[in-house]
Amino acid sequence: MMPPDSPPVAVPAPDIAGLAPSTPPGLVALFVAFAKMSLAGFGGVLVWARRGIVDQHRWMTADEFNETFALCHFLPGPNVVNLSVVFGSRFRGIPGGLAAFAGLLGPPVVIVTVLAALYARYGEIDALRRILAGVSCAAVGLLISALFRMMMPLIKRRDLIGLVIMATVFVAIGLLRLPLPAVLLVATPLSIAIAFFIRRRATS
Amino acid sequence: MNSDTNPILSLALTFGVMSLFAVGGANAAIPEMHRLAVDVQHWMTDKQFADVFAISQLSPGPNVLIVTLIGYSVAGVAGALVATLAMCGPTAVLAYCVSRLLTRSSHSRWPAIIQAALVPLSIGLMGASGLVLALTADRSWAGALVTAVAAVLAFATRLNPLWLLLAGGCLGFAGVI
Repeated sequence: MMPPDSPPVAVPAPDIAGLAPSTPPGLVALFVAFAKMSLAGFGGVLVWARRGIVDQHRWMTADEFNETFALCHFLPGPNVVNLSVVFGSRFRGIPGGLAAFAGLLGPPVVIVTVLAALYARYGEIDALRRILAGVSCAAVGLLISALFRMMMPLIKRRDLIGLVIMATVFVAIGLLRLPLPAVLLVATPLSIAIAFFIRRRATS
Repeated sequence: MNSDTNPILSLALTFGVMSLFAVGGANAAIPEMHRLAVDVQHWMTDKQFADVFAISQLSPGPNVLIVTLIGYSVAGVAGALVATLAMCGPTAVLAYCVSRLLTRSSHSRWPAIIQAALVPLSIGLMGASGLVLALTADRSWAGALVTAVAAVLAFATRLNPLWLLLAGGCLGFAGVI
């Protein structure tokens, strides 16, 4: 229902009076909270992270959450993992970051490793191959729908430059299969420069 | 690059370096994972990559855990752990350092500018992921149709994505795809 790992655009969560936390969470609470979000998160943890942190525990306001997530989104690496570390360390320093990181990754890594072992052992069974083939077709569909959800704001704003940058990256990586580091080393500075000049023209 | 190097070491290096370029999350990094795992390192076939993606979508947790599955297929449990930590560790340290720096300095407008600049990049990367995965997963017209229907349903309705994955699995089991 939400694009996996995408910025929380245009989803105004119910912001109750704006005031966040009562008590800052301890290490065990951080571990347990992130483990729960992670295990609930099929096809993306972000929705559950927002629900847990903002709505359920009130550890952050919706705005604080958006700001923290924006930071984690523009840094490289898995966004939700970055979020867990930044969030945990904000309350309990480095141990807090580690507790949230371990909670987010530990339990699902165990599950996925068991699944990997089962796949390595039974992956050649015909029925399982057919099931996985079907699941992967549907999973690609989910990814494409997330993609269109992310594109909608650009289309609505008629952000032509954004769409051109997007299409160029798509062609370079998807069609020409150029290596990611090379593409990003060219595209990132260019895109930042363009964004900078657009802002400057808009404000002056 | 060559097969006589230690597989654990090459997993750590491959994913550790790649994570630093993984702008826009794990799903945006899929073409690069595919390029490295299938074309460069020959860790797995195209079909295995599609399977591993399907398993990672079926299981709970962040999408990045596809690297756990790739790691396992290369070097068992140790490979799974090393790949996961290599993919998540360095960028987590980076995120921690940057967030410390930013909370100390006052609100600058650079984060907003950089973020605005990175949004189209990460959408382009996700689009490439969709293409690469569609080419590996959709082996038939029926498969492509399932992908298209799942995309439309997930876009237009608030259906839990798990139902779509299960429906795809049932169609696959029935031999439709």
